[in-house]
Amino acid sequence: MKYWARKKWSLTVVLYACFTLFPIYWMFVLSLQPNALNSSGLSLWPSSISIQNFAVSFVKADWARGYLNATVYACLNVLITLIVAVPAAFAFSRYKFIGDKSLFFWLLVCRMIPPAIVMLPMVQIASIFNLVDTHLAVALAHCLFNVPIAIWILEGFISSIPKEIDEMAQVDGYSTLRFWQKILLPQIVPGIGVTAFFCFMFSWVELTLANALTTVNAKPIGAILKLVASPLGGVHIGLAAAVSILTLIPGILVAWLVRRHIARGFSMGQIK
Amino acid sequence: MNSYATHHKRLVKVNPAWVLLAPSLLVMALCAVLPLVIVINYSVQDSFAGDQFYWVGLRWFEEILHSPDFWAAALRTLVFSLIVISVQFTIGIFVARKLFLKHRNSNFFIVLFSVPMLTPWLVVGFLWRIMMDPDIGPLSNAIQLVGITPDLNVVSWAWFTIIVMDVWHWTGLIIVLTFSGYLSIPESHFQAARIDQASPWRTFRYVELPKLRKVLIIALLLRFMDSFMIYIEPFMVTRGGPDRATTFMSLELIQTASIQFDLGKAGAMSVFYLIVMTTICWILFRAMGLGTQSTRSSG
Repeated sequence: MKYWARKKWSLTVVLYACFTLFPIYWMFVLSLQPNALNSSGLSLWPSSISIQNFAVSFVKADWARGYLNATVYACLNVLITLIVAVPAAFAFSRYKFIGDKSLFFWLLVCRMIPPAIVMLPMVQIASIFNLVDTHLAVALAHCLFNVPIAIWILEGFISSIPKEIDEMAQVDGYSTLRFWQKILLPQIVPGIGVTAFFCFMFSWVELTLANALTTVNAKPIGAILKLVASPLGGVHIGLAAAVSILTLIPGILVAWLVRRHIARGFSMGQIK
Repeated sequence: MNSYATHHKRLVKVNPAWVLLAPSLLVMALCAVLPLVIVINYSVQDSFAGDQFYWVGLRWFEEILHSPDFWAAALRTLVFSLIVISVQFTIGIFVARKLFLKHRNSNFFIVLFSVPMLTPWLVVGFLWRIMMDPDIGPLSNAIQLVGITPDLNVVSWAWFTIIVMDVWHWTGLIIVLTFSGYLSIPESHFQAARIDQASPWRTFRYVELPKLRKVLIIALLLRFMDSFMIYIEPFMVTRGGPDRATTFMSLELIQTASIQFDLGKAGAMSVFYLIVMTTICWILFRAMGLGTQSTRSSG
């Protein structure tokens, strides 16, 4: 029975990888072709390569700024989420308090509130605080789904650190601050990396709230919204494909940075 | 006894957990509780000219509960969730298992399978709409080889496209999570199964599956929540059509709130929606023991 033998490759994995990559590859081919829906049929290979579509996406100032805006609020969101979620995850992992389990559940309920429901109230709240069209407004709005997920992931990581370490630190005379700085945080660096990856990802791909909360200055990826969402998307299909391809790059970069920990991150909390 | 925790308690006089929780609770109050209160407030009022509100009690709730459109949208959303979740879990667990047993370059494949998740939802919808373009779309062209011309104006093809799209979009999450579950299975379990000469299926069923349970529950909850609130991707593909065949609950809600500007009705729909979601999640949460089994037993 060769079942456990480490094979070099698996057909299933390769086939699924092709299914995953193919649409993106094809969109890339489209983006390299001159604009317009001129091609009379399916083309899986660029007939003529031009980077005109990509050039246009960068030359238009407000388009380039759209990518910058999205990056800024996604990073800001990761920052806010981590600052509030690490202590909360520690509390859930180490302390018993009244309603701890139900609070954990209600946090998860927040994770599943559809953006559609809270879109209009959020715009109202943002305008009360004079935050409309700021990166902060979008970053805070995205906390709605990122803070619960971050607490969930981090709780697993912190619980996998033996409680005795806390006690040893106390015996050794560590202050609260030094305990966090020297002992706890270094141990959960992979967890923080994975959490940051997921928060960045969920913040980057969410455009409904981001679009509703912004007008000019913090508008995300305006080109995408205008081109891709309009029925005219078909006319400028090459250009729309080019801007779409560009939206993939930051996420892939972040994923590549934490690639060793993406899967391991989730497994840590499992070993119990 | 003289733990780090009690030391802290002496200084603050409250359970330190609350101090640690305070920042996150404050943020959640601002971006979850406050908007929901506003929504609930809408749901019991009628607005006139956008700034005058009248108390109408539960009238909106009666209206939506008697609206066949609303029930149809709710049913469609549930059917859609069930279909995509079953397909995604079947493929996802299968691929993750192969990836784990194969092992080589698994980090590379994990990143690769994450790419669809990293694609903005709007772009996912755009991509699959042009994939089904009768002239240039590869998927459409592939189907035409069999002699059928797919048409997004036909209900079955619209559903087919949206399901394939969602499978492409989210199966990666199941693969990543299941793979992480596999990483936590001690090698000795596999050795024991090998000594017993267990078949691959029996190994999967009795060795791997029990160990994957927790991570699969997490995946199920996440996928259920997200597929239930799907909005922008099908909208990009079909605009909710043909007729209303792909109008899911979120889309129905957005259209009521921001196109018809019917805040009261949209509020009532939101409240109803949240009650349904919370109930289903609570059942899942309980049935699978996440709520009862203590998550804070130390290693």
